[in-house]
Amino acid sequence: MENWLMLTLVGKDRPGIVAEITHALFDLQGNLGEASMTRLGGNFTIMLMVYVPEKKTVVEEKLRPVCDKLKLFFHLDEIEAGLHQHIEPDVRISIHGADQAGIVARATDALNKAGLNILNLESDVGGNTDSPVYVMHIEGVAGKGLEAVDQALQKLARENDVVARMTPIDTMVG
Amino acid sequence: MALLNVLIYPDERLKQISQPVKEFSEDIKKFVRDLEETFRSFPGCVGIAAPQVGRFERIVLVDISYKPQHVNHGFLVLINPEITSSEGASLGREGCLSVPDYTGKVERAKSITLEACNENGEEHQFRMSGYEARAVQHEIDHLDGKLFLDRLVSRRNALSKRIELST
Repeated sequence: MENWLMLTLVGKDRPGIVAEITHALFDLQGNLGEASMTRLGGNFTIMLMVYVPEKKTVVEEKLRPVCDKLKLFFHLDEIEAGLHQHIEPDVRISIHGADQAGIVARATDALNKAGLNILNLESDVGGNTDSPVYVMHIEGVAGKGLEAVDQALQKLARENDVVARMTPIDTMVG
Repeated sequence: MALLNVLIYPDERLKQISQPVKEFSEDIKKFVRDLEETFRSFPGCVGIAAPQVGRFERIVLVDISYKPQHVNHGFLVLINPEITSSEGASLGREGCLSVPDYTGKVERAKSITLEACNENGEEHQFRMSGYEARAVQHEIDHLDGKLFLDRLVSRRNALSKRIELST
C-alpha cells in the first residue's frame, strides 16, 4: 500500500473549485487517485485520494490558505488505500416514494440483513416542498444471493409504502 | 494454437480502424483459432475483436453460451460484420479485456440485425437482442477503433433517464 491521503472538502458551491484545488495539489507534486464530487443541498462536496510526497502536516499547511480563500471546510486523513481494487456490483436497487423519516435507515438495515454489501449509494429528495419525493439508488454485491435481496425489498415496500425494486447487473466483458 | 498478446488501453493501436477481410485463407482460419484460444483464456469474457490482439482486420468472436439465462446463438465467428438494422436502447454495464479494472454503463441498441461471414466465407444473417446484441456491438466498435469508454454514460446521468433497462 502506498501513502495515500483522503482529502474531504465541503463548502458553498461556486465554479472553479475543483480546478483550484487540483492545481494546488499538483503544485505539491500530488498524484490524484479516485475522486467523487457532487453537490449536496447546494453545497460543493468532494472526497479525493491523493498521494503527495510531503508529510500530511505540510500538505495541510499548503492547502489551508487555498481552502480559506474558497471558504471550504477541509479535512485530511492518512488512509490505507490502493488503486485497482474495484469490486463489481451484481445488483442495482431503486427505492422511491413519499419522503418519510427513517426510510434510509430501514432500507439499508433490511438490505444489510439480506447480505448486501453497498458499493454506491445515491439518495435524493425531489418533488416539491409540499410533497417531497425520496429517491435512492444503490449498487452492491448480494452476499446471500439476489433472492434474499428481492425478498427484503418486497417486505420493505409493503411495510413502508414505497416502490423498491432490484435489477441484476450482469457486466458484459468483451 | 497460440495465445495472443492483448493490447491494453491507452495503446494507440486500439484506435485504429480495421480493414475488411478479402480472402478467407488458411491463415485467417489459423488466426481465428488462436483468437479463440486467447479469448477462452479469460474466464468471464464473452467476446474479442481482432484489433485487440493487434491484427487490424474485421474479425470478432462472441460466445455467451455459458450464460444460458440470455438467449444466444452459441459461438459466433463474425467476419466483416455489418449491423443492418437496430432497434430500441438499453443501458447495461460493460468491461473490456483491453481496459482492466474498470466497468461502466453504456447505452446500446436493444435489438440488432447483423450480416457477417464465418471463417469459410459463408454469409449469415442474425437477429439478436439483449446481452448478445450488446456483446456484438461492443466488439464491432473495436473494429472502428472505439472502446466502451467512448460511450460511457455517467452514473448520475443514468439516474436521470426515465427508464433504465438492463440487458
